Parts: sequence; structure tokens; C-alpha cells
Amino acid sequence: MRRQIPALGSLLVVAAVLCILPFVLSDYRIYLAAQVGIFFIAVLGLNILTGYTGQISIGHGAFMAIGGYTTAVMSRDHHTNLVVTMLMAFAICFVVGLLIGLPALRLSGVYLALVTFALAVSVPQIPLQYSSFLGGSGGVQSSKTVSNLWIYTAAWACSAILFVAAWLILRGRIGRAFRAVRDSEIAAVASGVELPVYKTLAFGISAAYAGVAGSLFVLATNGFAQPSEFDVFLSLQILVGAAVAGLGSLWGILVGAAFVGLLPQVSTSVPVIGAEHGRDVVFGAAVILVMLLLPDGFAGLLARLKLGASSAKPQAPGG
Amino acid sequence: MVTAATSRLEGLRGRAIDPGATTVVLLLLGVAVFLLVGCLQSKNFAQYTIQGIALGSVYGSLALALVLVYRATHVINFAQGELAMFTTYIAYELMLHGFSYWAAFAATLAIAFVLGTVLQVTIIRPVQHRSVIATVIVTVGLFVLIDGVVNWIWGGDLKSMKSPFGNGFFVVGGVAIQHLYVGMVIVVFASAVLVWALFRFTKLGLGMRAAALRPAAASLVGVRVDSMLAIGWGLAAVLGGVAGLMAEPSQFLLTPTFMQPILVYAFAAAVLGGLESPAGALIGGLLIGVMLTLLVGYEPHIGPITITSELQLPFSFVVLLLILLVKPSGLFGRREVRRV
Repeated sequence: MRRQIPALGSLLVVAAVLCILPFVLSDYRIYLAAQVGIFFIAVLGLNILTGYTGQISIGHGAFMAIGGYTTAVMSRDHHTNLVVTMLMAFAICFVVGLLIGLPALRLSGVYLALVTFALAVSVPQIPLQYSSFLGGSGGVQSSKTVSNLWIYTAAWACSAILFVAAWLILRGRIGRAFRAVRDSEIAAVASGVELPVYKTLAFGISAAYAGVAGSLFVLATNGFAQPSEFDVFLSLQILVGAAVAGLGSLWGILVGAAFVGLLPQVSTSVPVIGAEHGRDVVFGAAVILVMLLLPDGFAGLLARLKLGASSAKPQAPGG
Repeated sequence: MVTAATSRLEGLRGRAIDPGATTVVLLLLGVAVFLLVGCLQSKNFAQYTIQGIALGSVYGSLALALVLVYRATHVINFAQGELAMFTTYIAYELMLHGFSYWAAFAATLAIAFVLGTVLQVTIIRPVQHRSVIATVIVTVGLFVLIDGVVNWIWGGDLKSMKSPFGNGFFVVGGVAIQHLYVGMVIVVFASAVLVWALFRFTKLGLGMRAAALRPAAASLVGVRVDSMLAIGWGLAAVLGGVAGLMAEPSQFLLTPTFMQPILVYAFAAAVLGGLESPAGALIGGLLIGVMLTLLVGYEPHIGPITITSELQLPFSFVVLLLILLVKPSGLFGRREVRRV
């Protein structure tokens, strides 16, 4: 993202393709493309947290759940405009992310992984307990449903806005502070980076992105928020997407999002494995293979290809 | 003023006077006295305590598996619970083919050992020196993969196995103690003692401890560190397998997700025990098991919140978080010293 001209070029190409797609695709394909957009936002959010500050989260499905339920409940009870509910999901998840980020200050590495995993498993239980407000296992139905084209437009418009926002955040002072925290917390503190501020901020931003994704995710399932939709698998899916994407490359995130967004839909027709669990088998095998063969994900592969092609000077990590 | 030298001397003189350790022992004694008094006061309380101890031993067993892996490689195996679930399905399949329970039990643990070892060699070894995040992601991938494979082979519907200890119960002082609960505790602790003896009294165990503590020095004196780590994973899979096999009859159902909540309780148990301490993992498991069972069964009201079985997981998340915030090194762990 740092080398501006090629990044701008690929950004324009992607934007152009996204504008043309709705005119050439069937309704179902538009729905699939919208799924990719939703996961693009979530993976982008996790990329900010893990890629730039080195904090891991296995619990982003929980933030998606909070965002999704915000949209469904506000729409059910107050008939709030759906776009407004997305903004609310963003705000609420930002605050929740800050709150989770506060204890995360004292945790690192495996401890943070443990806590966020427990969060991912716990949050879907809460609607079961407070079923009068959150609908129990039956879920919450929003008062309005939208067309696939609406979701496609909303998902990719949000993606574009949030991508540019991430780029603006990460290219400057905050991004430098994030990277300093990732490379060495102690060195970062010694150079005057306020660790608590930046670590919680990263968690908040990342959670807010996941919240918007969750809000869209619920709208894409006919405005229906259900605990089973937000099981631990969703969190793992986002992490897998981020692992496939690698660090800080638009193309990487696109590939990662396409991978996790499309695979569940496509894999039901995989021969031999077939049916629903084909998704899990292919996912699991794929993420292990990616980690073994492409340690830096798709972004790393791209960087290596570029190096091979033009023997350019090595890109700074996270550039 | 205490200088560095005198404090080191005090450290050498004996750990018995370590103030931290005495606090922990007093704390545990207090918990034991509280439970004992409760049991004498109320039969209902005693009933739940016994159930809690049985479930807690299962959590402890899985926590022990996590701790074994963590000690050796400083990585949490997120697939540990799913691995246990998978081996429980293998036992189920063996019993369908006419194996008796205990024959299937032994065969399953042997298969679990091989599985754990093979997984370490094939997918963990290539990434283990890279970064914590990379290894965690690989175990997460393994989590998803095992889930898919089990659904593929056995389907997602509910299965059940026959109880290994029958449905009888002892009656002690008016309190019914199910054979199942006694059996669970005995099996878990027997396997824990066997693993401890292996580490303590055999040359293999010595090698494994050396490989975990000082890999470089161990390989200099001829310990095959890589093989030791692989065997460690195998042993962890065996302990996980014991947890799965003992958890199944206590829940009366076998589904592909049945170990997921237990994994979270085991996380809480392992962290409570200090994440590095095998004894701590077992004690942590018992504490978490008893606490959750008493809360849900005996006294579910904490202020305005009622802890139902639905809230058991969110509650253990809060407990996990609290332990990490108040005392990240747990009851028996050492404080982490960070090197620049």
C-alpha cells in the first residue's frame, strides 16, 4: 500500500471491475460477489490488527455477531434505516473492541489467542439466554429485506470506504506506531509510542470493521440473525482469510476474501466429500497448505513474483 | 536492603518459604474446607460437588494435554479438543465392530498416540520455528479439517456410546455417587500418574524434559529433540483421548461439536494452573469443574445475573479473562520475564 502509483493503478482496476460486474452477472453470482465483499471488510479489519500490530484474534466472528444483531434488532424494533444500523454496528463494535482491547494490553501471543477464542465460543450463547430480546436459537428477523444487488452495492461501497480509511490510517503516524508495536513492544515504548492507546485503538478499529461486515452478513441472509450463523467457524473463517491474504496487499486481501467468501458456496458440489462438510475439509486442508507453502500468504507470493520479475528492491514488510 | 546476591541465596535455601507458594496452598486449603463444610451441610451441595469433581477431572485431562504441548513448544494446540473428539469417534466405530469398551479404549489411545505424533511431524514441525501466530493458524486449520472429516465420515447427528461404568451408584451418608463419576476420576488420575511416571522415571521422559527446557543443550548431549517433541504431541493426544472418552458418557451424547465447550473450560483450567504446570492443570480443571457445576446447579444467582447452562461458556470466558488480568501466571506458573 505504500508504493502509491501501482497501488492506485490496481485500485482503479478493481473499482472498474466491481462497477461492471453487476451488469454482467446473474443474480446468484451477484450474491456471491457480495459475500466476497463482506469477507473483504472482515479480513481487512483483522489484517489491521494482526498484520500491523501483531495481535492475534480468533474472535472476530463475535464482533460480526454483535454487528449483525445490532442491525437485526434495530430494524425489528425501531425500523431504523439499514445504512444507519451499519453505522451503529460500526460504533458499537468499536466500543466493544476497545473494551476487549483493554485486557488484551496485558496479554500477548497465545494468551490473546485463548481469550479471543473463548470470546468466539461464548458470544453465540448469549442470544440463547436472553431469548425475549435476542430471539433465542430462532434468531431475530429484521423488518426489511433487501435485494442481492442492494447488498452487493452496500458491501463494496463499504469495502471501498473502509479500505481508503485503512490506507489513510496506516500510512501515517498511527500506522508507524502500529508497526513499531508489532516489531518490538519494548522498543516502541522506548521511542515514545503509547502502547495502551495504540493497542486498544487497533482492536477497536478492527472490531468495528468486523461489525460492519456482520451487519451486511445478516442482511445477506434475508435479514435474519441467528446464533448458529455466528458459531466459532465464522471466526476461524476470517482468520483463514487473513492467513491466505498475507500482509497489507489489496490483491492479497481480495484473494483471501474470495477464498473464504466463495468456498462455502462452491464446496457443496465438491465430488467425494460433497455436501456441507466439504467446506470444512477443503478449508482446513487449504489453510494448512498455505501456511506450509506460502508463509506470507498470497501477498508474500505476489511480492516474491515481483522480485523475480524485475529484481526490484525488496519491499519493506507491511509496505 | 536486599541485594541481588542475598536474594539469590534465599532462593537457593529452599522454595518452601516462597510466600507465593504458601498463599496458593492456603487458598486451596480454604477451598477444600469450604467444599467439605458445604457437603456436610447440604446433600444437594455434595451431589453437585461430586459431579463437578468428575467433570473437572475431564477438563483437567484436556488441560494437561494442552500444557504438555505448551511446555515443549510454547504453542497452544487449538485442535486438541477436536483431536479428542475424533479419537472418541474412533472408539465409537471400534465398538460398533464388536470391540468391548476397554479394548476399544486401549486401541483408541494407541491410535491417538500415532495420530498426534504424525501430525506433529507433518504439519507442526515445518512451522514451529516461524512464529506463534503461524503455528496457531495451523492448529486452527487442523481444527476445521478434523471437524470436516468427522462430519464427512460419521455425519453430524447425535450418537451415543454405552456407559463404561454402568448406571449404578454408591450411597455415602445419604448422597448418591454414580459409579460413572468415580470411574471418570480414577481413569483420568491413573492416566495422569502414568504420564507423570513416564516423565519422572524413564530415560525417554528425561529426554523429553530436556528437549522442552533447553532444546539446544539437549541436542548437544545427544537427545533427539525433534523426536521428543513428536512423542510429546503423541502423549498429549492420548491424554486428550482420555478426556474425550470420559466426557462422552457424562454428556450422554457424541456430536462433532461436543468437545468445543470443554476446550474452553480446559483453557481456563490450564491458565488457572499457570499454563506450564501439569499438576496445576489438573487442579485448575477440578476447580473450574466444581465451580461451574455448583454455580449452574446449586446457586445460579450472582447479583442480577442467573447463570444457566447457556451462560456457562460466557461465564468461563469472564473467569479466563479475570485470571489473566489478576494473576497471569496462574496458581503454579512462573512469572514471564521478557527479554528485549
